[in-house]
Amino acid sequence: MKQFQYLRPATQQAVLDVINKPGTKIIAGGTNLVDLMKRGVATPDKLVDINHLPLKNITITKTGLHIGALALNSVVSENDLVAKKQPLLAMALKAGASPQLRNMATVGGNMMQRTRCGYFYDTTMPCNKRVPGSGCGAYEGVNRMHAIFGGSEQCIAVHPSDMCVSLAALDAEVIIAGKKGERRLPFTEFHRLPGDHPEMDNQLTAGELIIGVEIPDNNFSKNSYYLKVRDRQSYAFALVSVAAALDIENGIIQHARLAMGGVAHKPWRLFDAERSLIGKPASEDNFKQAAQLAMQGAKGYGYNSFKLKLGPATIAEALKHAAGLV
Amino acid sequence: MEKEESFHGPDIEPDVEDSSRRNFLKQSSLLTAVALTPVTALKAAEMRVDDKVASVFEKLPLKMEVNGKQQNLSVEPRSTLLDILREQLDLTGTKKGCDHGQCGACTVHVDGKRINSCLTLGIMMNGKKITTIEGLAKGDQLHPMQEAFIKHDGFQCGYCTPGQIMSAVACIREGHAGSEQEIREYMSGNICRCGAYPNIVNAILEVKDGGQTV
Repeated sequence: MKQFQYLRPATQQAVLDVINKPGTKIIAGGTNLVDLMKRGVATPDKLVDINHLPLKNITITKTGLHIGALALNSVVSENDLVAKKQPLLAMALKAGASPQLRNMATVGGNMMQRTRCGYFYDTTMPCNKRVPGSGCGAYEGVNRMHAIFGGSEQCIAVHPSDMCVSLAALDAEVIIAGKKGERRLPFTEFHRLPGDHPEMDNQLTAGELIIGVEIPDNNFSKNSYYLKVRDRQSYAFALVSVAAALDIENGIIQHARLAMGGVAHKPWRLFDAERSLIGKPASEDNFKQAAQLAMQGAKGYGYNSFKLKLGPATIAEALKHAAGLV
Repeated sequence: MEKEESFHGPDIEPDVEDSSRRNFLKQSSLLTAVALTPVTALKAAEMRVDDKVASVFEKLPLKMEVNGKQQNLSVEPRSTLLDILREQLDLTGTKKGCDHGQCGACTVHVDGKRINSCLTLGIMMNGKKITTIEGLAKGDQLHPMQEAFIKHDGFQCGYCTPGQIMSAVACIREGHAGSEQEIREYMSGNICRCGAYPNIVNAILEVKDGGQTV
């Protein structure tokens, strides 16, 4: 691993003072960053340790649930407030990584993790995300794990998080601190599509720090489900995953939230499919129709074309589980 | 090495060559530490006054408790906890498998929680309490989980075993050993290429059902 300077600024303000400099990276759990540094994919000159900042709280606010950026994935997944108010988030977290990694990984770090695309990780291969302009190895290469939505010729990598899929579905907001103060972004707008700049994963600008997420209160806690399909039963990245949340009254769907993982450069919200479910009975037929609608615009690249069938099947199955039909 | 032999027979690490290599690394890194670490930098780090904690190539002081013993070390910021345990403290029970957080062979407990030591920078462990596989037994008395792994043949080559046992102990302490299915899910961060999984699950079930304090 390349040498670097290790910094541990005492306060959030002191962190903000140093992180806008080029070559500087923030470290929290380090589960992704240390791995990338070992492989020479990330080569920061300065590493800013923020683990001592007071950003671990999970609290109820006037409008929802606030989770600090440094709350551990394991702690959030086992938290009573999360279990009661946002069980979908707990399910998604438990589907991710391993118990050891969840004991290290933080909420903010989970959002900031890079793609697991093999071409991104292999420094001998072309990758526009790692070296802009070098080409995309996956576009015509081995792209089994790759995107079917929102890709570009520059990049068809996917965002690997499970947690983020649930937060996108639950209309969470990201709270970001910068030198000029705080700003909030809808979670669905935090991560970006690759376009011509796949090197940029999200909307965080230099000098900004994620300090937390907030999930608005909802009526989804009784009928939500996170379904993850992967090559082995546990401890693997998603081929396709679906976060499904329903608000059902007398068998009729009042509100629906759907997001997919493993299919795009960001958690992929299925707005059209959600709208199509409103006012309809929670039935398998309606779920299958919504799933077909969700796949409009999907594109396979060869090795990953199986996701065009796996996708809708997973959506329908997740909705059945959420509605209690399974 | 001796500690390991009392626990399981075959050890795949060549004894003589390895220990001399370690000693060389240890001695040379000590010399580097003395040569490169200005006293002011060490003091600054200790007081956490930050901004210029360490320049590139400087070593930093690291205080942590390992298996009940306080350790005062000097480490490069890039050294992982795994490498520090193995190379500086000679605690070679903790294994380097994949070195990328994919196999669990490096699992240790930090303040009672299991983590992957290969993805943990040592310098971030200041003030923490670390338990490795060497810290489980009480003298010659093996930990119940170690006994159960032997009884149920929970290993073949033994390389993943220290990580498996550290994870297994944590699995019970966390309350995630309620059923065979739950154990399989919560042990999924530890890969065994020999395929001893059924026996590992049986070992954990026995310790869990035995109700012993782990």
